[in-house]
Amino acid sequence: MTPTYYLLLSALLFSLGAVGVLVRRNAIVVFMCVELMLNAVNLSLVTFARINGGLDGQVMAFFVMVVAAAEVVVGLTIIMAIFKTRRSASVDDSNLLKY
Amino acid sequence: MTTFLSQNVERLQAPEIDYGAVAPLLIVLGAACLSVLFEAFLPKGQRWAAQVVLTLLTLAAAGAGLALYASAESTLEQGKLTLAGTVAVDRPVIFLWGTLLLLGLGAVLLIADRSVEPGGAFVADASILPGAAVGVREQLRRREMQTEVFPLTLFALGGMMTFVAANDLLTMFIALEVMSLPLYLMAGLARRRRLLSQEAAVKYFLLGAFASAFFLYGVALLYGFAGSVKLADIASATTATDRSDTLLYAGFGLLIVGLLFKASVGPFHAWTPDVYQGSPTPVTAFMAACTKVAAFGGILRVLYGAFERSSWEWNGVLWGVAIASMVIGAVLGLTQTDVKRMIAYSSVAHAGFLLIGAISLNDQGLSGTMFYLMAYGFTTIAAFGIVSLVRNGDGEATHLSQWAGLAKRSPVVAGVFTFLLLALAGLPLTSGFVGKFVVFAAAVEAEMVPLVVIALVASAVAAFFYLRVIVLMYFSEPAADGPTVSVPGAFTTVAITLGAAITLVLGVFPSFALDWAGAGTFIF
Repeated sequence: MTPTYYLLLSALLFSLGAVGVLVRRNAIVVFMCVELMLNAVNLSLVTFARINGGLDGQVMAFFVMVVAAAEVVVGLTIIMAIFKTRRSASVDDSNLLKY
Repeated sequence: MTTFLSQNVERLQAPEIDYGAVAPLLIVLGAACLSVLFEAFLPKGQRWAAQVVLTLLTLAAAGAGLALYASAESTLEQGKLTLAGTVAVDRPVIFLWGTLLLLGLGAVLLIADRSVEPGGAFVADASILPGAAVGVREQLRRREMQTEVFPLTLFALGGMMTFVAANDLLTMFIALEVMSLPLYLMAGLARRRRLLSQEAAVKYFLLGAFASAFFLYGVALLYGFAGSVKLADIASATTATDRSDTLLYAGFGLLIVGLLFKASVGPFHAWTPDVYQGSPTPVTAFMAACTKVAAFGGILRVLYGAFERSSWEWNGVLWGVAIASMVIGAVLGLTQTDVKRMIAYSSVAHAGFLLIGAISLNDQGLSGTMFYLMAYGFTTIAAFGIVSLVRNGDGEATHLSQWAGLAKRSPVVAGVFTFLLLALAGLPLTSGFVGKFVVFAAAVEAEMVPLVVIALVASAVAAFFYLRVIVLMYFSEPAADGPTVSVPGAFTTVAITLGAAITLVLGVFPSFALDWAGAGTFIF
């Protein structure tokens, strides 16, 4: 089992996340897709750490997790605030600002 | 697994820290933590005064620390790597830190102002429901503001300062998040037009998180490419022959997309007009000036530090991005009817000009881009300060038709705004002209003449929409129910004066700032 497969899996997960951000309508789901992208990156980092034989990549994965957790706090606050106002978390409804 | 276990387990050596060099950074971030404690423990009535004093003292102390370090004999020429090589404090970083602190001062003064809008531009209680009539009325009666905006500003500023000094990509990523997360929240704190403000926050957050995921994936691929995230290691890996080109190109592409998004360049600008329009105006000023400086500081460091030797591979792509940015900014700016959106598109066009300087990859390009950043930042802060003064019963009157005949009502404000617009357009005797001149000169030096020609055409097109506003202000009759110009309090006056004065000084006597900007190059 070569590590390359893990890189391919990670690229696949990242692409799934990116597509999800672009096509999904619910802000929470869009945000979950961003989290999926971050975790795909974690898989890449750990795999590269394995290939390079160092620990840097694994340590970086921890940093990414901390950042993702902080992002959840900020993100859910913002989405909650707009949900309380509009009773909907759909990103299609946020259309007052345009052109 | 065996490879990990068989590694020599040495005692971890704590990295050496040059406290003198990173003092400004530590002061800003430490004060941000203190400011959070103020929020937790001070009674509501005292918070605003305490936070304003703390924030201004912090900026003064950080500036003093920076001046002390920069004037020391030993640091005049070469810079210093500290914190195990993750933070570089060299001449460009000192220049950018100074610029960020001064621009931060201007933005904090606008944020702290409570004279223009009673109680300040920020909501008294961010969790209040907009739309509910009771809530709105209560909101307008309450004279306090959500003072959390001060710690958020300090954290964002600390993140920006780390971002321009980060010497490896992991530090850069953390700094990117530290500067972005507070900005997402600050975008949603407007006292008036809560719905627009919240919408701006959601859009900025979702797109910002999307872009930082791209940045991060770029970091991971470059880590796989070079086996390290240090800029110097990536630079030496690009000259080696046994490395995977796929990882290099994919990694660079994803990384630069994340950076260009933050700098609101070209096709990655989609969030800019919406967020600039929806955010409270002082926050827009902070975002427009400081984020631009930080993002371009990061772009410069990454391009010079890690990818200078592979420049012929990516140069063409960034040419295209710069052209797209200038054209989009100039053409879409023509169609705008809202002052804040118009300045947003102008910032997209300016980002294109800045990118030309950044991809010149010579010493003039470096100093020219940094000078341009400084000039643009102060002009923008002052311009948004003026925008916050023109008001009617519903808050700021940002629609362009409401600005008609403003010069007859308030010649001073119209005069200053005209001067700032001319600076944005790049007319002589303003900092904008000198900035454009040095950047284009560097690009000609780097044999990018076609790009400079396109840039000149784009500036001419962009000049049209600035002039349109000037004509509107001077040669139209004011509407009877038009907006009034509020008399600014001390804070806003100081911020606008600072911005306008520096715009003028940099236009008339640019040489001292150009000398500072060109005093040294990056170290890695």
